[in-house]
Amino acid sequence: MIDLRGLDFSPLLISLRAVIIATIVTFFLGIAAACFVSGYRGKFKGLIDGVLTLPLVLPPTVVGFLLLLLFGKNGPLGKLLMAIGMTVIFSWPATVIAASVVAFPLMYRTVRSAFEQIDQNIINAARTLGVSEWKIFWKITIPLSWPGVAAGTVLAFARALGDFGATLMIGGNIPGKTLTIPAAIFFAAESGDMRKALVWVILIFVISLIVMTLMNYWTDYQSKMTATIGRR
Amino acid sequence: MALLVDIQKKLPGFKLEVKFETGMNILGLLGASGSGKSMTLRCIAGIDKPDHGRIVLNGRTLFDSQKGINLPCQKRKLGYLFQNYALFPNMTVEENIGFGIGDKKRADRLAIIKKQVKMIKLEGLEKRYPNQLSGGQQQRVALARALAIEPEVLLLDEPFSALDDYLRSHMVKQLSETLANYQGVTLFVTHNMNEAYSICDKLVILAQGKIEAKGRTVEAFKSPPSLVAAQLTGCKNLSLAKYIAPFELQALDWGINLKTEIEISRQIEWVGIRAHTIELASDGKGDNVFRCWLNSTSETPSWMTVYLAVEKQTQRLDNQQIQWEVTKQMWSELKDKPQPWNLRINPEELIIV
Repeated sequence: MIDLRGLDFSPLLISLRAVIIATIVTFFLGIAAACFVSGYRGKFKGLIDGVLTLPLVLPPTVVGFLLLLLFGKNGPLGKLLMAIGMTVIFSWPATVIAASVVAFPLMYRTVRSAFEQIDQNIINAARTLGVSEWKIFWKITIPLSWPGVAAGTVLAFARALGDFGATLMIGGNIPGKTLTIPAAIFFAAESGDMRKALVWVILIFVISLIVMTLMNYWTDYQSKMTATIGRR
Repeated sequence: MALLVDIQKKLPGFKLEVKFETGMNILGLLGASGSGKSMTLRCIAGIDKPDHGRIVLNGRTLFDSQKGINLPCQKRKLGYLFQNYALFPNMTVEENIGFGIGDKKRADRLAIIKKQVKMIKLEGLEKRYPNQLSGGQQQRVALARALAIEPEVLLLDEPFSALDDYLRSHMVKQLSETLANYQGVTLFVTHNMNEAYSICDKLVILAQGKIEAKGRTVEAFKSPPSLVAAQLTGCKNLSLAKYIAPFELQALDWGINLKTEIEISRQIEWVGIRAHTIELASDGKGDNVFRCWLNSTSETPSWMTVYLAVEKQTQRLDNQQIQWEVTKQMWSELKDKPQPWNLRINPEELIIV
């Protein structure tokens, strides 16, 4: 029997706060970036795509290190934030930033490939009907790429929840402030408190499973509504 | 109501150069696949941009490379029927039809949708999604959707190519009836000469991005002005020709002399015979009668295509044989007759290029 008394639940709250905000941020930024890149016809497409995907292929510690440079006391963004009296490093926004950055490429890439799979004639048909690009985007592009958007969101959520390296680099592991569940597992296991580590492992397991399952049912429901035609 | 198109666009492999004007009639763009006919429609619709030229619709300039005018798709006010219909799969029939008229008042919008649904005879299916409709029904919804915005031009891009034969003949008839009530310019793109013949009043024949022929459909079929036009209008037998006299030519590939109805020029290049215009002659005498030996046959549900060697009893190259289309009944009478058969071609039916 695992004794939950005396367990500090702050990692759960810190993780949830970071993950929820990061998922919302990557949801919109990922869709915006996907929209921009799939519509962009210039010669820098490969480069832009590469830069946006970089956090996915770099080791998390490298991402964290780069963020440290960017948001550090002498970093460009760090100085800017310092001027308005904000320090990001080793404070709770650091966990949000780290989670967002590592999760972003998954959202961006999944949504972009969903956008590019839409039959262009459907979009063109809407254009010839005189419908504005804005309305086309919300009424056609998004509904038709919904399974991709949902999959991207789930992947981004999972990646944000699981981040360890980048968060540790810029957030540190200050209990009650920046210590997230993955970090709590590591430090509990390292100090030999296997039972504590196990509590967190089970918790993260349950959260992930619930979110994945809910998203699957929702996507099923949505794709029934938007079942595509013309697959000949 | 008039549409003027004069555009050039560089495409992989060839340059598209088309220039034509059309009014209330239904104009067909006939050409093999890859001849640039769909691209022409896309340029008119504003989906693709021509390199040079201009497009003017009822005095409204849609595109003019010199003046730097290029109206976006949304502002051109034209209806486009796509080959695969491109219905919005996430919307019902009535939502599809009403999507382009969202800025109208609700009551007006519903009235238009109702009228369009009635026109395409899909009453009762308004709440269906496109994937719950048959191919023919989908096409009708796409047409209703395009007509709902009261477009000044209707662009039809191979609308029947995805339908089976049975449905196709029904839809061709239905479309003709619908278009008869449509007050606007209609452009119909097809590679199928039967559809072009039964739907279009006038034709523009395209090959490799260039206009091969334009004019009234009946005339384009009767006397196609070029080899490609003759092929696209379904002439199966074509031979190089040599001038002999004002009313006589030699068909070089077949090795026969033929009399003509019209006076021919010395620049004559080709002579063509439509496969169904050949007749059985009673004997070997008379003009335009030639002896033929059977090479092979191929059967379709409604007629026989007979491949014949002309004047020499040998298996000949493809362009030296003549294709003859006969009814099944005629074939059963003919097949046991001794060869060679004497066949005749009416001078009026010769196609001279």
